[in-house]
Parts: sequence; C-alpha cells; structure tokens
Amino acid sequence: MPKREDIKSVLVIGSGPIVIGQACEFDYSGTQACRVLREEGIRVVLVNSNPATIMTDPEFADATYVEPITPEFVEKVIAKERPDALLATLGGQTALNCAVALDERGILEKYDVELIGASIDAIQRGENREEFKKIVAELGGESAKSVICHTIDDLLAGAEQLGFPVVIRPSFTMGGSGSGFAYNEAELRRLGGAGLAASPTTEVLLEESILGWKEYELEVMRDRKDNSVIVCSIENLDPMGVHTGDSITVAPALTLTDREYQKLRDLAIGIIRAVGVDTGGCNIQYAVNPADGRIIVIEMNPRVSRSSALASKATGYPIAKIAAKVAIGYTLDEIENDITAGPNGSTAASFEPTLDYVVVKVPRFAFEKFPGADTTLTTHMKSVGEAMAIGRNFTEALQKALRSLEKPEAVFDWTQEIVELDKPALLEEIKVPTDGRLKRVMDAIRSGATPEEIFESTRIDPWFIDQLFLINEIAQEIIASPELTADVLRYAKRHGFSDYQVGKMRGMTADVVRGVRHALGIRPVYKTVDTCAAEFEARTPYHYSSYDEETEVAPREKEAVIILGSGPNRIGQGIEFDYSCVHASLALSEAGYETVMVNCNPETVSTDYDTSDRLYFEPLTLEDVLEIVHAEQQAGPVVGVICQLGGQTPLGLAQALKDNGVPIVGTSPEAIHLAEERGAFGRVLAQAGLVAPKHGMATTFNEAREIAAEIGYPVLVRPSYVLGGRGMQIVYDDEALRSYIEAATEVTPDKPVMVDKFVDDAVEIDVDALYDGTELFLGGVMEHIEEAGIHSGDSSCALPPITLGAAEVERIRVATLAIAEGVGVRGLLNIQYALGSDVLYVIEANPRASRTVPFVSKATATPLAKAAARVMLGESIAQLRTAGVLPRTGDGGALPPNQPIAVKEAVMPFNRFRTPEGQQVDTVLGPEMKSTGEVMGLDSDFGRAFAKSQAGAFGPLPTSGRIFVSMANRDKRTMIFPIKVLADHGFEIFATEGTAEVLRRNGVPSRLMRKHSEGTGPDGEKTTVQRILDGEVDLVINTPNGTSNAKSARMDGYEIRTAAVMANIACITTVQGLGAAVQGIEALRRGEIDVRSLQEWRDIVGHHDGGVSAK
Amino acid sequence: MPLHAHKEAILVLEDGRTFRGESFGAEGETFGEAVFSTGMTGYQETLTDPSYHQQVVVMTAPHVGNTGVNDEDPESRRIWVAGYVVRDPARVSSNWRAKRSLDDDLRDQSVVGISGIDTRALTRHLRERGAMRVGISTIETDPEVLLKKVLASAEMSGTNLSDAVTTAEAYVVPAKGEKRFTVAALDLGIKEMTPERMAERGIEVHVLPATATLEDVKAVGADSGGPDGLFYSNGPGDPAATTGQVELLQAALAEDIPYFGICFGNQLFGRALGFGTYKLKYGHRGINQPVMDLTTRKVEVTAHNHGFAVDAPVDEETSTPYGIATVSHVNLNDDCVEGLELKDAQTGKLKGFSVQYHPEAAAGPHDAAYLFDRFISLMAKEV
Repeated sequence: MPKREDIKSVLVIGSGPIVIGQACEFDYSGTQACRVLREEGIRVVLVNSNPATIMTDPEFADATYVEPITPEFVEKVIAKERPDALLATLGGQTALNCAVALDERGILEKYDVELIGASIDAIQRGENREEFKKIVAELGGESAKSVICHTIDDLLAGAEQLGFPVVIRPSFTMGGSGSGFAYNEAELRRLGGAGLAASPTTEVLLEESILGWKEYELEVMRDRKDNSVIVCSIENLDPMGVHTGDSITVAPALTLTDREYQKLRDLAIGIIRAVGVDTGGCNIQYAVNPADGRIIVIEMNPRVSRSSALASKATGYPIAKIAAKVAIGYTLDEIENDITAGPNGSTAASFEPTLDYVVVKVPRFAFEKFPGADTTLTTHMKSVGEAMAIGRNFTEALQKALRSLEKPEAVFDWTQEIVELDKPALLEEIKVPTDGRLKRVMDAIRSGATPEEIFESTRIDPWFIDQLFLINEIAQEIIASPELTADVLRYAKRHGFSDYQVGKMRGMTADVVRGVRHALGIRPVYKTVDTCAAEFEARTPYHYSSYDEETEVAPREKEAVIILGSGPNRIGQGIEFDYSCVHASLALSEAGYETVMVNCNPETVSTDYDTSDRLYFEPLTLEDVLEIVHAEQQAGPVVGVICQLGGQTPLGLAQALKDNGVPIVGTSPEAIHLAEERGAFGRVLAQAGLVAPKHGMATTFNEAREIAAEIGYPVLVRPSYVLGGRGMQIVYDDEALRSYIEAATEVTPDKPVMVDKFVDDAVEIDVDALYDGTELFLGGVMEHIEEAGIHSGDSSCALPPITLGAAEVERIRVATLAIAEGVGVRGLLNIQYALGSDVLYVIEANPRASRTVPFVSKATATPLAKAAARVMLGESIAQLRTAGVLPRTGDGGALPPNQPIAVKEAVMPFNRFRTPEGQQVDTVLGPEMKSTGEVMGLDSDFGRAFAKSQAGAFGPLPTSGRIFVSMANRDKRTMIFPIKVLADHGFEIFATEGTAEVLRRNGVPSRLMRKHSEGTGPDGEKTTVQRILDGEVDLVINTPNGTSNAKSARMDGYEIRTAAVMANIACITTVQGLGAAVQGIEALRRGEIDVRSLQEWRDIVGHHDGGVSAK
Repeated sequence: MPLHAHKEAILVLEDGRTFRGESFGAEGETFGEAVFSTGMTGYQETLTDPSYHQQVVVMTAPHVGNTGVNDEDPESRRIWVAGYVVRDPARVSSNWRAKRSLDDDLRDQSVVGISGIDTRALTRHLRERGAMRVGISTIETDPEVLLKKVLASAEMSGTNLSDAVTTAEAYVVPAKGEKRFTVAALDLGIKEMTPERMAERGIEVHVLPATATLEDVKAVGADSGGPDGLFYSNGPGDPAATTGQVELLQAALAEDIPYFGICFGNQLFGRALGFGTYKLKYGHRGINQPVMDLTTRKVEVTAHNHGFAVDAPVDEETSTPYGIATVSHVNLNDDCVEGLELKDAQTGKLKGFSVQYHPEAAAGPHDAAYLFDRFISLMAKEV
C-alpha cells in the first residue's frame, strides 16, 4: 500500500519548550518526521515555540512557525497554510493536547484538516483510563483495580475501597505530572487535590498499589494494514513505584521467559489495535508480579514518547521516522531498514529488532538546584536528563552509563572504609528509591548484605542484584590481586570498570592504569548497532565500545573530524549545545569531512545514526574519548577533535586530550584556560582597557568577608569553573555570606569561591560572536529583560536589543573583539556584559558555543554554529561570507531596520518539586540557573514578541480581569506607571497594604487583599493565596524582598508565587518584566497578533538563507 | 565468580578459526554444525527443539540462563543441541517458575558448551562463510588437534536425522474441550507446542513415529473413516536425504487427505510436489523474521529454525500430479520460500498447505497461530 496521494501538505506540531518529562527527544522525533515528509515531496508546515530545536531550522520545513503551541496560534497557522493533514503524535503530550483542543473547537473540521497517526477517538481511548481498562479486559488482560475520581469525596471513598497505599494518576498530564503515592488520608487529600487541579479534565484515577512489582515497557509500531511489530522491550531495574523516566532502565528485557514476554507482546498488539492507533508508534507499560507472574497493564501512550527515543537509539530502529512514513500511508513491508544491507538491498521495517548487546539508561537529576526539594523518587518524574550506554553485557553497560552521568558520586567506589558501612542502616536506606540508590545498594553489598536482604529492601530483580554482586566480586579481586595483571585488567574492563575506578582501588592514577593497559595491549573494540544481531550486514556505522575480540570500525579515506557532544541534559547544559554539535556535523560534512559524533544522550538529534557519518554512543570521559580517537586514527586520517560546541563537558576534556597528543581544532585549551582563570583573564581585560566588577577569591569565610568589605555589598558569590551558575548567590551581608561559605562543600584551596561586586541596577547583555583570528562577526547582542543578577539562562532577553543604541553596540563590538583577540578565540565566543551607570562591565567570557547560539541563529537567520565549525577548521569569516554561509555584509550587531524582534523566555520546572512536607519549592530567580528550556516570541515589535513569548512559555497574558500586585519597597517607584496603564485598560487592581498605599497616592485605585500571613478575615475574607488558588486572579506581579531581614514579607512572597505556580497563572517577579508585560498586554488588546514563518521573515528582511540544507 | 573458576574451553571451526573461552555446562568434547540463533528469549525452548539435533547453537543474545529452567517450557523430552555457545551465562536463576539453573541442566544432560567468547565475531564469521562444522572441547587445548577432529566429523548436508529424534511409540494428545477432528501427526522431531496448539482447537492428535506407513496413518481415527488430516512436523536433517516420508505424503495426497506441514514438513511437501530443496548459507534461526502471507499481503513476525529451503517459483502456479501448487508465503528479508499451498486443479479447493516457519512459536511470537485455524478450515472443507 503505497503513500497516500491525497496528502500534499502536513502540519507538524512540536513539543515546545524543554520541561521535565518532555525534553529534546521530541526534537529528535520531530526532526526525523520533517525529514521524512519532505523527502516524500510533502509540504511541511511546522509549529514549535522552541528555538533551540533542530526541527525549527528553516531548512527542515517549508514553513516554520516559531509561535506558541496554543489552539489560538495554531488555528492562525492552519487558516493561513490550509494543510491537508495534522501530525500530532510526534510532539509529545503538548502536541497531542493541542490537537485534541483544535478538534474540540471544531477547527480541524472547519478547515478540513485530517488528523493522521492517531485519531481523536484513539487518543481518547488510550488516555481515558476507564475506556482503556475495558479494552485491556476484553483482551483478557488485567488492569490494577481502580476508581475514577472527580472530587475529593470520590478520592476518600475510593481509598476506602482499595485500601492504602493508593496511587494517584491525573488524566491527560505528561511525565506523570501530579501523580504519586498516598499512604494515608492527609497525603491523599494533598496529592489527590493537586492531581485534580493538574488534570485538564479534573479527573484522577485512584489505583491499587503494585509497588515493588517488576516494570516493563514495549514499543509497538503499526501500519494501516494492521501489521504490528514490537520494536523494543524495556525493563526497569527500579521496580514499580518509580516513574520510568526516573528509573534505571535496561533494553532488552532480561528477566522474562519467552512465555511471559509473548503474553506482553500479544497484549501490546491487541491494545494498539483495539485503541485504534491506525498508524505509528505507541508505548505500553506493564507491571509483572515477581511472585506469580501476574501481569497488569499500566498504561499506553498513543504517540511517540521518551521511551520511543530510547528504544530507537537502543535498537537502531528509527521509530519516529517510520511512524511518519506509516502516517502518510506506507506499510511496514514497503519501508526499508536503513541499517541493514541484505542480499536484495536492505531488509524491510516489518521485523522486530534483536539485540546482541545490553543497553542501560540512567536518569540525571538536578536536585542541587532546588534546595529543599524532596529527593525521593515517585511516579512523578523529576529527572532533567538521561545517559544511555551500550555494552556487550549488563555490567559493562551499567558502569558505562553511570560514568556517562558525569557525576563522580554516581560511579561505584570501593575506597570508602568498610567500617563506615553500617549494614542495617543501609538496608533501611535503600528501601526508599532516591537518586544514587544503586550506589547505596553496592555499599550494602560491601557491608555484607545477602542478595535476599537486598531484594527484601529494594525488590530489584535477583538477577540484577547478582550482577551487582558480580561487580563487587570483581572489585574485590582488583583490590586483592598482588599485581595488576592482564587477566585482572581484562576481567575488570569486560565488566565496565574505568581506568579511574581501577586506579582508585590500586592507588594509581587513571593515566598510569591506561599506560599499563596499553602496554598490555588491552583496548576496547567497537561493535555495531545493527538491529539484527549480525544476521545481516550493517550499512550504518553506529558503534559502541566493548572489551571483546573483533572490532568493526571500517577503514576510511576522507579526513575525519570528531565532534564531542554534551552528554546528558542537565539544567544549564541542554538541547542548545546539541544543536550546535549537529550543525557542526552537517556543515563539516558539506565541507567534505567525514564527521564522527561522540555522545551518550539518547534524547538528542546528534545521536541519530544518520546525523553524522559515524556515531559512537559512548561516555564523554577522557578514557572513552581517547580510545575512540585511537580507533579512528587507525581507520584513517583524523584532523582533530571539536570540544567547543558541546558545552562544559567536552570543554573540560580539551586540555587533557591535548596533553595526550590529540589535535584540538578551534580555540586552544590554553585559550580556554585563559578565559576561565580569573587572574589571567583579568590581565586580558586590563590590556584591552576593559573592566570587570571588582572581585576576589576566597577559600575561607574570613577571606571572603575581607573581600566583601573592600568591594562593598551586595556581592555575587560562586564557585570557580561552573556552568549554569551552579551554586551562585547574591548576598547582602556578612551573615548570608557566612552561611553560603559554610554550605558550600567543595571549597578547597584549588577550588576557591569567587566574590564579585554585584552591579546593581544594570542592564545585562549577552553576546555571541565568531572570531577567526582577524575578523569578528557579532552574532547577536541580546538585552536581558530582567536586570543583572538573574542567571542569563533564566532571563528573558530581546534581540536586537530594545534599549541600546548604536553607540553602545559599537562599544560592545570593540570590547568583544578585544577579548576575542586577547584570549585567542578561533570559533565561537560568548560574553556577558553589564551596563550600569554608563560603565560596561565584563561579567564573564566563555570561549565556546553558548546556550543562546540557536536563539541567535534563528532570530537573525544566520547559521552561527555551522560557520563556527568551519572557522575552527581554518576557514575565515571573509571566506564564509563569500561562500554564503554568513551574510555578505553586516552582522548581528548591525541588523536591518525591518529585522523582527525576538524575545527569549525561560521555562521553569518549579511545579515538579516539592519539599518532603509537600510544600512547593520557592520560585524566585537568582544567579543560579533553574530553567529547563526556553521559547522564542518573534514579531515586528517588542510588545507582540513578548506577548508571544509569554503565551509560549506559560499561557497567554490576560487582556482583562484581576491583577494582584505586591512590590518590594525598592521597586515601588518604578511600578506606578505600568500599573496605572493596566488600570486604565480596565484591569481590576488588587494590592497588599504598602503597595496599595503608594498606588492610591499616585491616583491608581486598587483594592486591598489580605496577606497570607494575616490569615482569613473575620467575615471569611480570603487571603491573596486563597484567591489565587481559587482562580480569582489573572496575573500576579510580585517582586521579592531580596535581603535577609524581612522574613515575613519574604514568606508572603513565597506563598504568593507558589500559589501562582500551582494555579498555573503568569507571575511576574521583576520590574523589568512588568514593563514588558504591559507592552505585551497592550499589543494583545490592540487586536490581531499575526503568525509569520521564519521563511517569510527571511524574505522580508532579505537575508540569505545561510543554509546547509537538511541531509 | 573468581577469575578462572571455570575450566578453559576452545571452539574451533572447520575453517580453522578458533575462539578461547570458558567451559559452560558439561565438560568434554562435542561436534556439530555451527549455527546462530538470534532470539532474545526462549533459550529453554531452543535447547529442547529436536530440529537442533547435531547442531552447535551460538546465542547472539549475550545473557542466557537468567530465568533458569522450569518444567513447563521444554519442547521435548530432552536437550537436543550438540553444543551451546553463549557469552555471559547467568549465575543465578530468577523466575517464579524456575526449578534449576541452565548450567545444571546442561551438565545433567551432558551438553558441552563454551562461554565468554566473542559471540558476535563468531556470528559474523558464520554469516560471511556460512554454517560449518565446529568442535568445542574442554579436554583438548591445541586447536590444531581439535580441527582435525572437526574435519573428521559428519556434515549436515545429505544427513537424515528423523529416526534419531522421532518418538519410539505412537501416542495421542487428546483434544481439549469438544473433539472436532482427528489428525495423524508424523513426528520428524515434533515440538510439544504443536499438538498443544491443535488440541486446544479440538483436534485429537495421534503422534506417529517417523517410520509410519500409509496404513498406520489411515488407521488413525479408523472408527470414523480415517484421519481428518495429516500433519508433518518440523525436524532436523537434509530434506533431500529423505525419501520414505515423501512417498508417504504423495500417497496421502493422492488419497485427498488434507495436509498441513511445518518446517521440515514444508520441505517434504515441496519435495512431494516435485520441487527441489537447497541449503541456505547460514539459515534462519530466530523469532523476529518477517514473512508475508501472499494471499492477504499481511506481514507476520515469525519464529524460524531452518537451514534448508524449498526451491519453488514465487508468483507462479505449478501443476503437479496432486493439483496446482503455489508459494503462499515469502520471507521479506531474503525472499526465500516460506510456505506452499496445494489446490485442486478442478475445484480450486485447498488440499494442503505448509509453512517453513513455526506457527506454534515456542519460542516466538504468536502472529502465525491463524495457520492452525486454517488447518481446521481445511479439514472442515471450508476453503
């Protein structure tokens, strides 16, 4: 059954900003889908508000709308583009929910748009728990006993019937948002109430507990002829009770007999058929009782999911790509399996991949960013990223995955004294799933716990427990061996031990172990992910290392460039860096190089097997990278390694790679060091006549206090060598400084704390630039909307800058050039400036691709990362201008007058975290980065662009209704004008006492609202918090009292902002944000905000397309 | 497991390639045809599948033995493989049905194995060079000496193994529920799941030894006029080396006894209809093979275990003395013939059919289970 000829254009909806539970895996799937559809000659119209995605590169769609994913905006796109079909199954829950909303509003019918992939009915059947249960029962399967609840009373009655503990699952939420376990009535009221609020249909499923059962997932693919295949089985090492996104997961399933596995398979195929997902991928989750094999179907996602991305990378079967093909009418037997080359060409996609290796995925958490957050793992996903590793056995894959996390504490360590390991305490501790539990399980094993005891505490399958015992036995052998013999080393490597781990146990450095290992000729070989366990020849060089016999790296003629990716997503290092790596790969491939990608993040486009010429799915550690370089050097010429594009992870390896004789292309490691080391950088600035805020370095509180006394409070304190502002804080007095230093665990003489003068009331400016040794190309000058002090990753910003004049931009250009020269940059450079009292301060310079590169590239229609890759390999900016990669004249600092304004807004994960007592964590922004993702609003003026950015990030700004205002004293003067404007527009203003007083004196009427600390009034008057929670407020404006004095005011602010997050309404926390919001609201009130594709903007502005076309 | 707790073992292929590993299962020496199986589940079913008689099976899945061995999953009374090659055998058995470990089972049944070798390298070698003879030894440490023994061992081509695996005595698997049909099933190496799948559809299955004659077949269900159908099972060996069962089948077809064959039963059906058979380079062994039913154009994911295939023209009808034969199923990986159909030349009614793969699964997916229903329809004369 070939492609449908009635579909000429398809609207693809992306997943919007990166949030917990919905990350860049949907960029990967969306990018694949767009590629496929265009290859088929279909016009692709794309909507995605996230500029950091590859899919929103103009060359991946015919019309790319970086617009909010709301029914209102998507309707405008539909009205304008009139697509034949809508594909919403590749953009996560966001896209699916948007499609459902469009259908409910009659928009799809009105414009005659067919929903392809999964129909509305199928989506409803899959996600409506009652209907889904019926389907499972009809197939002879079982579901957990449960009750559907719409009110708190329903919840209480339900719990009575099922017995505690019960599981709470809100309907139609993503990443398990709002779900959890309740062990008693109080917890039920709290979690259940939150769950009802989180569900768009105010529906919660209350379920019997199957805690401790084994958990599995199957990825299914179906075409319109009812051909179904299972792409992959996934087993969770952490038993039921931990969200699969937070679990350590393994592919394929390793502890099922064929009979059990086939039952899961039969159910999966029966379910996809009965739910009616006509074409595409879906994911089905099961629990299996280890005591009797009883199977319970937990849920299904009628769309491509995070697990699909993992399954694609784990098997080499490109789920999203195939899902897109079957959506437009192909059947699985008509689709080629890219990976294999069989006797008659390649084999068909209508088979089930089989693995001759083991894949382990481990989650990466960011609890350190949210002090006070409960670190217990539940059915509510909390991790921000993941690393995947492939090995020829479980132990190898597991240990590779753990070191891929780049958290030293995640790796098994046998050097801790055995006396410190208290077995009973450890057995108690590991009952609760937390980040790092596996390591504590290993400690329990070391403390003498038996496999049975470990099982009793954790319910981890005994086979996995035995594997952990095996790892421990090998470790003991490494320790006890009189000599580090070839046998011992080979044994250790075969089970995934790193040189570092071995060295630590043997009292040697990793370098020495590596030397010994190489001397003994023990090196990894590289195997291939081929979907078929070597049954057919693989065409695609998708490799992983293993300590086995035979390597499969093919010799090559072309010069290769190795690009190091950025590893697991974390706050501060996410999809933006993957974007740059992918661009480099595409650009260098066009320039005639063989591109070799190294990364361990399964969610990314960079780890798609057809992004680069070769892919190594490997940890980004010195050991692993050195071995890859060696293997590739054996295969053919290697020009060098790119460390500059993947963020701090590869940057941190640059010097050591160079020390080991590896050629580094682009900015040299010495230059990197020059920019990062304060003293050396200070000299660069001095030479250029530039100033940095006064600063000093301290290793003790007393030193820090002396520095603070000299430069004056407030000061910004932070550890050295950080990305994403880890551990940064603004402190206003000695007391706060003392508590910061005391809390900072890693302050040592070689890791001092930086104490900087905090430039108050300054405008912060972010610059991305390209330097080739002679010419500077200013990529973009971004003006932060919030004042300096808020981490640049969390600030909203505008490009071109909205208040800076040509003179300021020129000063910035001169300063940037001086720094680029002084540091010795070849490639990208990011500098943060603060402009205060007409002084341009240099806050920091990073000689690497920054988080804002994709934003700048998209806003200015200039492929910065592609240009950077070519500069790093020796081309000049002038040559790139001639080649059409960069504009012939001008740059991002000299944009044409009709250039649209792009506003970037950050998206925060606050609703994901609660304290152990169930309180929301505070939502105030500061110098420590907390956002997980971003959106872009693009329009002809700032107000509209800002309004779009807010709609994309939080939901539309209100155009009427009630506004609550409570300002810190220092902000009261600045607020008067904007609040007056809002009042003039008919908003009803509510305020706290002090704020109301100031407004009244300035002729702005407002009504008093009770403070949270005042409690409910005598006549039942609600407090602010109650009103917000009850949905009586449409916008909250609250600037926090930053100093440590006014405790009660701070607490009130905390409660207010928390309530706003819980009620999901916009909450503005800075004066600058308020000004921008007012402009946005005015733009909205003026009427029609239009949508315009990047391609249209390009034509209007008249830029070249600057493109390397999509592969 | 301390380093070198296991005895060393070597594996030598007939072209001289050698792998060194550790002993797994019984110690000793074994020879056979080296083949690889790509299934990730179902090692217990694989080991006890009589079709693997005289073959040394290489498991491409690295971890084998994780769920131990139970008493329900074997497909016959014993382990048939001549030798077993795995990378990482389990040290513990983890499954609620497990009764003992795989290692113990192999030891108890004197099956010599090897572990810890680069099974992927071995698989790639077999894929490139084809299935070949192999020896595994825990006694002999010199590959040259073992190689000589390998070269002296029997080859698979031209070997008839049916007599070695078949049942000594006929037996009956009663129908479950209401009995609808009686079938004579020739055991050429039958798997237990096959009569089971028939029985649960109301078929009383009379399993006969491979040496059964037409009289023996017709004696089945003699009280109700003979059997409703004849079934040939899977089994080991070269179909070209089999004559008796081919003649028996031809005689049965001449008498219009509805026929269904699986695997070896497909090859013998092919030969009975006048087609040739040939040895595949490295065979199909796994549970993920895509097969298209040419009548419905639907794809089923199927369990395979065959080293030989039928040489018949696809998309073409062939006249035979028994009716019109067509190829009903093909493998989408290599277009090899996976099923045959025989229709009456006059009425167009189905007379018999067979498939090269395993609709009984065990191990493997259940996609092809409809073929048992098709057998029922055939016997009920609905098709």
